Amino acid sequence: MAARGLRLAGVAAGMIVILTVLLGILYPLVMTGAAQALFPGSADGSLVKLDGRVVGSELAGQAFTSPAYFHTRPSATTPPDNPSATTFANLGPNNIALQDAVRGYIRDALKLERPYNPGLRTQDLPVDMVTTSASGIDPDISVANARLQATRVAKVRRVPPGRVLDLIDDNTDGRSLGFLGEAGVNVLTLNLDLDRLAGPPTRP
Amino acid sequence: MTGNGVAQIVFYLVVLTALTPPLGAYIARVYEGRRIPVMSAVFGPVERLTYRTLRIDEKKEQGWKSYAIAVLAFSVASFALLYAILRLQGHLPLNPSDYPGMSWFTAFNTAASFVTNTNWQFYGGESTLSYLSQMVGLTVQNFVSAAVGMAVLAAVIRGFARRGAGELGNFWADLVRVTLYVLLPLSIVVGIFLGTQGVIQTFSDPVSYQTLEARTLGATDDAGAPAAQSIYRGPAASQIAIKQIGTNGGGYWNANSAVPFENPTALTNFVEMLLILLIPAALTYTFGIMVGSRPQGWSLFAAMMVMLVVAIFVAVPFEQHGGQVLRDSGVELSASADSAGGNMSDKEVRFGITNSALWGTVTTAASNGSVNSGHDAWTGAAAVVPLTLMGMGEVVFGGVGSGLYGMLLFVVLAVFVAGLMVGRTPEYLGKKIGGREIKLTMIGVLVMPVGLLIVLAAALTTDAGTASIFNTGPQGFGEAFYAYTSQFNNNGSAFAGYGVTELSATLGGVAMLIGRFAPILAVLALAGALSGKQVAPFNAGTLRTTTPTFVVTLLFVIVLVAALTFLPALALGPIATQLSGSPF
Repeated sequence: MAARGLRLAGVAAGMIVILTVLLGILYPLVMTGAAQALFPGSADGSLVKLDGRVVGSELAGQAFTSPAYFHTRPSATTPPDNPSATTFANLGPNNIALQDAVRGYIRDALKLERPYNPGLRTQDLPVDMVTTSASGIDPDISVANARLQATRVAKVRRVPPGRVLDLIDDNTDGRSLGFLGEAGVNVLTLNLDLDRLAGPPTRP
Repeated sequence: MTGNGVAQIVFYLVVLTALTPPLGAYIARVYEGRRIPVMSAVFGPVERLTYRTLRIDEKKEQGWKSYAIAVLAFSVASFALLYAILRLQGHLPLNPSDYPGMSWFTAFNTAASFVTNTNWQFYGGESTLSYLSQMVGLTVQNFVSAAVGMAVLAAVIRGFARRGAGELGNFWADLVRVTLYVLLPLSIVVGIFLGTQGVIQTFSDPVSYQTLEARTLGATDDAGAPAAQSIYRGPAASQIAIKQIGTNGGGYWNANSAVPFENPTALTNFVEMLLILLIPAALTYTFGIMVGSRPQGWSLFAAMMVMLVVAIFVAVPFEQHGGQVLRDSGVELSASADSAGGNMSDKEVRFGITNSALWGTVTTAASNGSVNSGHDAWTGAAAVVPLTLMGMGEVVFGGVGSGLYGMLLFVVLAVFVAGLMVGRTPEYLGKKIGGREIKLTMIGVLVMPVGLLIVLAAALTTDAGTASIFNTGPQGFGEAFYAYTSQFNNNGSAFAGYGVTELSATLGGVAMLIGRFAPILAVLALAGALSGKQVAPFNAGTLRTTTPTFVVTLLFVIVLVAALTFLPALALGPIATQLSGSPF
């Protein structure tokens, strides 16, 4: 009986060791080798460079604060848009703290946009503009959100609104295969294109 | 909901259904130990080397006790190794951020979580785990915990299918074959695909850089340093592939499948969502083949599909409608081509409402538990869906293996109830269901609700327990209810405000272990009892289990058990949240 128990323990331990070598070492190594050989850019984090230095990732939103740039969505991470500590806000749909937060996001949005867009009302704001994303680093904003911000950005940058709207189109990822998911505008690549068009913004 | 939303849902269900027969037939070949073209040539040598090294006679059949003991022994070894890695990661290589070992209670919870195929997260991947812990610890358990579930199912199906043998197969052979011929090849293909879309797969250290605004305008952080970001990396795609295929669901990053580095595009979202249900659905077909009647498999598939469709068409419309706070805020909530509208709190733009609500439904139908939106922020009515799907015991497709063996318990129960109604000895697939079988079935079905009641009571009636609650009012109760329903049913999704403490981590770990292994023991014992029985000939009085009438009976039994058990708790939690007229 004891011998059988010992033998069983040996098989169980040996099995997890063998499977760990196969699945925990060989498999990730082979997959990494393949990914690095075939598509190193996307496997390394879709990094974007500016003047030869990494300035961001296409897949991580950045917290822009200047009126010269398009802004990403509210983020629950600390600090906002922190890819090293992704998180939801976790506020329930009827939580009074959510009400305070959403009212704050609405106030911030109106305060930012109204100087350039005097008639703007709360009901003009698309919902993604005043809600936290799930990851806290959503790289995208909705097309409606981007178009709303275009008025401000065009005025601050002194470029024709039509040119800014064209840039939004260029940086919109439509639905996959034409019908899967939702369209989104990548804020980082949009802002980089904007700097290319209008020159980097000047410091206040 | 929108026309496009309906189209996406229908497309998803059609693809899932279309893939069920071919994959189901393939898995049947693997279960039956037959040669498989190409695969046997590639992985056969590895399989034989494993048996030889450990001196396993893969042809030697085991009875239910021997099979169950092997399952437990392997799981204990898995737990010990993973716990050790998590505790010792500070002294191990591949730890670029110099993270220390986990605390004993987080390590206990996490090891229990991954060994039981739950993958509940009381840890944040990018902020606590070394690359080594992710790949050598978590990736391995993503594979083998799934393989254990599928192995147990193989044994259970043999119990139903065989005539008078009393033996259920060989656990070690089932474990190795499922891993090598099903999970590994699928993961390789999917991992490569995910990599092409932007899921990270590298051994390079985390990368840090100044943000665009820091570069052009000198933006600074609170401490006055240039604003910067740092991206945690590592071998992620290889783990995320098996995370979805094996209904695991533990995130490489904290915010799980919402993080663009895990799930960058609508296309990866579709594929990952498909993988969540792919094997659980296919196994119904495998069952049909192995018991010698494909309609038996399809009738289980139909029962599961009916519940899934109902769940989807509750969750999606309520999320599109939006919650109280957002509706009162006055912002634009209607859907258009330029904006998803609806309850976008804790959701990603690229997924919008349809793909967030669909994912949340699918991931709790299966015992996957990965999330691409924050469930704590779901509207109360929509949140009833994940809680109900978990509360029914994860049988709407369910976990790989565990979903179908859980469903078979309900089938036995339904046959028994139907037998009582017409006054005949109940039988399923020609096997008479006697007192012993019913007792084992009831143990398998009831251990979760009873255990959950005890654990939840401990979490709700002590100060140490309520310290984990983040939201106020009924939502706060919902968090605790969700946490232990999820862990007891080995799902792993969360109302993620619920926080980690010594007590919550320990209670959760115990819940996961009981929720996993008690039903396994019951169902293996049931299979053992059934496998020894002769098959009665089919006659005019036999209850037919391939008719719509039987499917409806089965649905009634499941809903009755779940509804009687969980309706009061649902009313106190998400339903109260939905019905409250003002924020609390």
